[in-house]
Amino acid sequence: MRNVTAVAIVLCLVLTVTGCREPKEAQTEGVFRVGMVFDVGGKGDKSFNDSAYRGLLHAADEFGVEHTEFEPGQDADRETGLRKLAQAKYDVIIGVGFLFSEAMRSVAVDYPNVRFACVDFDVRPDETLPQNLAGLRFREEEGSFLVGVLAAMHTETGRIGFIGGMDIPLIHKFEAGYIAGARHARPSVSTTVAYTGTTPQAFADPAKGKELALLQYGRGVDVIYHASGSTGNGVIEAAKEAGKYAIGVDSNQNYMAPGHVLTSMVKRVDNAVYMTVKSVLDGTFAGGVREFGLADDGIAYAVDQYNEGLITDEMAAAVEEAKAAIIAGSIVVPKE
Amino acid sequence: MKRLARFTSVLSPVAAVAAAFLVGGLVVLAIGESPLRIYGILFRGAFGSVDGVGLVLFNACPLIFAGLAVAFAFRAGLFNIGGEGQLYIGSFLCAWAGLSVSSLTPWLAIPLLVVAAAAGGALWASIPGFLKARFGVHEVINTIMMNFIAIGLTSYLVVNVFKEAGQMTPQTPKILASAHLPRLAGAARALGIPLPDANPLNASILIALAAVGLAWFILYRTTLGYEIRAVGLNAAAAENAGINVRRTLVLAMLLSGAFAGLVATNEVMGFRHRFLDNFSGGIGFMGIAVALLGKNTPVGVLLAALLFGVLNTGALEVDVFTDVPRELILVLQAITIILVVVGNEVLTRRLEQRVRPAEATGADGNADAGAATGEAA
Amino acid sequence: MAAANAIEMRGITKGYPRVLANDRVDLDVRKGEIHAIVGENGAGKSTLMKILYGLTPPDAGEIRLEGTRLNKHRPSDAIRAGLGMVHQHFMLVDTLTVAENVVLGEEPRVAGIMIDAAAARERVEKLSSQYGFELDPDEYIENLSVGLEQRVEIVKVLYRGARILILDEPTGVLTPQEVSELFVILRALREAGCTIVFITHKLDEVIELADRVTVMRDGRVTGVVEAAETTKEDLARMMVGRDVLLRVEKAPATAGDTVLAVRGLAAVGRKGTKVLEDVDLEIRAGEVLGVAGVQGNGQTELVEVLTGLRKAHAGEVLLGGADVTGLTPRAIRDLGVAHIPEDRQARGLVLEFTVAENLVLGRHHREPFSRRGVLRLDAIREHASELIRENDLRPPDPDVAAGTLSGGNQQKVIVAREFDGEPTLLVASQPTRGVDIGAVEFVHQSLLEMRDRGAAVLLVSAELSEIMTLSDRIAVMYGGRIVATFESGEVDEETLGLAMTGAWTGGATARSDGDRRATPEVTAA
Repeated sequence: MRNVTAVAIVLCLVLTVTGCREPKEAQTEGVFRVGMVFDVGGKGDKSFNDSAYRGLLHAADEFGVEHTEFEPGQDADRETGLRKLAQAKYDVIIGVGFLFSEAMRSVAVDYPNVRFACVDFDVRPDETLPQNLAGLRFREEEGSFLVGVLAAMHTETGRIGFIGGMDIPLIHKFEAGYIAGARHARPSVSTTVAYTGTTPQAFADPAKGKELALLQYGRGVDVIYHASGSTGNGVIEAAKEAGKYAIGVDSNQNYMAPGHVLTSMVKRVDNAVYMTVKSVLDGTFAGGVREFGLADDGIAYAVDQYNEGLITDEMAAAVEEAKAAIIAGSIVVPKE
Repeated sequence: MKRLARFTSVLSPVAAVAAAFLVGGLVVLAIGESPLRIYGILFRGAFGSVDGVGLVLFNACPLIFAGLAVAFAFRAGLFNIGGEGQLYIGSFLCAWAGLSVSSLTPWLAIPLLVVAAAAGGALWASIPGFLKARFGVHEVINTIMMNFIAIGLTSYLVVNVFKEAGQMTPQTPKILASAHLPRLAGAARALGIPLPDANPLNASILIALAAVGLAWFILYRTTLGYEIRAVGLNAAAAENAGINVRRTLVLAMLLSGAFAGLVATNEVMGFRHRFLDNFSGGIGFMGIAVALLGKNTPVGVLLAALLFGVLNTGALEVDVFTDVPRELILVLQAITIILVVVGNEVLTRRLEQRVRPAEATGADGNADAGAATGEAA
Repeated sequence: MAAANAIEMRGITKGYPRVLANDRVDLDVRKGEIHAIVGENGAGKSTLMKILYGLTPPDAGEIRLEGTRLNKHRPSDAIRAGLGMVHQHFMLVDTLTVAENVVLGEEPRVAGIMIDAAAARERVEKLSSQYGFELDPDEYIENLSVGLEQRVEIVKVLYRGARILILDEPTGVLTPQEVSELFVILRALREAGCTIVFITHKLDEVIELADRVTVMRDGRVTGVVEAAETTKEDLARMMVGRDVLLRVEKAPATAGDTVLAVRGLAAVGRKGTKVLEDVDLEIRAGEVLGVAGVQGNGQTELVEVLTGLRKAHAGEVLLGGADVTGLTPRAIRDLGVAHIPEDRQARGLVLEFTVAENLVLGRHHREPFSRRGVLRLDAIREHASELIRENDLRPPDPDVAAGTLSGGNQQKVIVAREFDGEPTLLVASQPTRGVDIGAVEFVHQSLLEMRDRGAAVLLVSAELSEIMTLSDRIAVMYGGRIVATFESGEVDEETLGLAMTGAWTGGATARSDGDRRATPEVTAA
């Protein structure tokens, strides 16, 4: 009991010393505020999270909105953090990554006046979302299909590789689309698949990514598609070192090793974030699941000055043909 | 004299915490922020509202279990680094039990899942315990390896066998509703405490408090606890006194693992109502720091876990509402922990040095006592 | 004009919080004398010597070495002033030779860098022959006996130019022969003009060797006497502060039925070496069998096998006729075997436990101390208070940690605990090692009391006088075997000492060829 009192006394002392100043972020009236909560890896992953952040900066730039962002340290903080932003009366709160799905659901119900959006929202079958929650989903399998077509046409050895981050269903989607696309273009192609791990750290381990990539290149693979966050930085580095090819993901990663990144499967998270902020500002925000795919340029494959030389006319034609077929529905891309 | 010793054991952690905040403040100052402001936000997050206090308790809850696990094993002289693996297996078994039964009254469902959680942890801890007792293999190596196995195994099972259909998230479906531990918001309001409904604090904290009491009772009031402490303090004397050292080691490890497994009561039964892959992110390892800071006593663990609960809760507040980078918050937290643990150690030694010569009955202090031992060598 | 006193310490006071370790202590040691400092554990002898050697500064007082005042000095200053300390724990490098160890740190050099091995040898040889050390400078330390190692330590100190030698409990680890050889050397050193300070608690040695004696108790000097004019009884009174029974009054044993029988016992050590070989023993109710021997000749292992702590390799142990070989320590305890382990801190006590907790160690799981797996603290405390009162344990507080007790009181805790259960067999290993006189008296009387109540007692001790006063029969161990068995009263220390070194080749009472009946079983009337 005395222990408790002693600790309590000290804490009280500390409180009186430190608590005397009001923190500055007290509500500024009339300013539109956006909160963003990141997935594992956070800002600076050159991939998924950065793409979302770009969208936020774009919107901030254009509309002059205030913004704050943070990365939860532990799983339970996801929901608590969202709540804190909601309590602080942020206008839009965007969660980046499917891990926020469950927390978003419950927080959105409790704060009907705040708009929520969740990138890669993990929707349940037959689920109806509250009017203030938008689930932003991407048909990554479609884009993966297209880069699979390019990989299969580019390979000289007939062997292509895939390196995923964490071994979870979301990443299986990338893998499935990629392999289907490759087979579509070249049925005899052989594929090698690897995952970096079973913990979220698997998305943030460039050393492991490089190691796995070099292993695959050593076995005759000459194109590797990675879906592994910043782990992929290692894959791209390996491509450069081994004189082989990598395919980037989420953001356009062609610039990271010009001539060695065959293309990137671009997931326009930035667009989705930007559009969400914009829709709230102009009053067109609507809850519910919103899917982005090839048709609306939510998903794309990247061609720019860094990889022009790698994409032949024949490849360009084939990939455009596949794209049209997917949009038209004549090709149905598998998700797992 | 005894009073002085007790005073020492209270004073040193408290002074260490104060020192830690001081140095942490200097770090904040070094990046050009005001320590007063940052600590103000930190403590506002933890104590500024009933919600905050609820979060402190919620964050402390799993650390109480994990800390008890480490402290309990430590009493038997074992260093159980395997809390992380044990809590994963405990949580998985708990969730599995909650998925396997279709309908059961809460009075049966909750005990069933609690037992499953404890059993899972105990099972996982018993393996390194057995290897230590039987072959003398050091438990540190084996508990670490068992962590890897547990994380990989549960991950595989969740993704490939037990995954909720139609979902991206690597998690199981929700467990039986009657096995959910109730949140405490309602009960708190009945007592006139305005805890918001959304606060995740749940009945697991009561189980944690009971576990603290149970650990204390086992250690200090049962024959087994007596034997565990004897083995931990002096295995040769324990053996000489007819205590089965190997059996005691295995039992201590088993109970230690059971405490770790009970983390599931908060994470599975109280909060998520399912097993989420990789949900812990190091609770088991934090348990080591909690136990060290708590001097491996049950009440000490409780207090240390509360301190960590304050830090975690406050850190989120700082993270959300300031531009202090997340990395710095981690640094701050780690510095606090290191200073508390190290400072605690240094202070304890200092104070003990001043107390000990006086406690020796001989006027020579330690000198002649040492000589007596020397002769026996 | 040189001062008459080699050492002069005046008004030395040293306090620790709440305790005065040295309270205005005066010490005069004359040049060329052997001066003994005696006192019980905790009397302040070690603190005084630490202050003299410069390891601890005194709070007050003045120190002169051969007339020169030392002020805030360090050990290096003391050495320069001619002081040398031979520690209780030898500080030798096993893998170096005698000569190398002696010169270590102050090697004679050739051209400033190379060690002059020949010069080192020569100097060691000279010192060795001068005082009769009989050391081979080229022998490696690891091949030396304890007694010889001690001589190396003394030579080391002399090599560094010491004229005043301090020896801290030098005889504790020696056999009787080694002790008398040491005394010869010390006398030779005295003849050569050295001054010797000799710290001990063995009063026989004081009377035999010392010229003068300083007695300490509770941090104070309680007497300074000429050794020739005092008696052990007087010294003991000054040490303890009351009359002490140094002679144990022992009634003749009335031996009953055989309690313990050991036949052909063998055990192997860690590296597969035989540590016990073909040991036969028998102890009957109401008698004390003393096991003498130099440390490390199998006594420890014998005790461990008997108490279930070590596995027997061959042979059997019969307790009251029943085979108990291979039983667990708990099972053996439950059959009425009590054990005072040789290292009380390592095996006998849990130092961090309270006295009350220690007093039930081994019986904590039985009624009344436990019921259905729950400790009964009331019973444990009550039991403790009772034993504390009966055995005069100090401090009389069941709740203090055992580690804070003095060595003697720690041993009393063990004795009180082990004797409390009315054992049928008592295995006592080095029961008075490092224990002060008052506690020795208590332990000895308790042992005999147990014997007279009909217990069989196995006493293992390195103290020959203890073995000889307490035992009814004496077995001598050497090299893992029992090499001789004697009736108490028919053997002298000399013969025992010889047998302990394996050099004694027999006589009528030696155990011959496994014929146990050749050994007379009943003590002389």
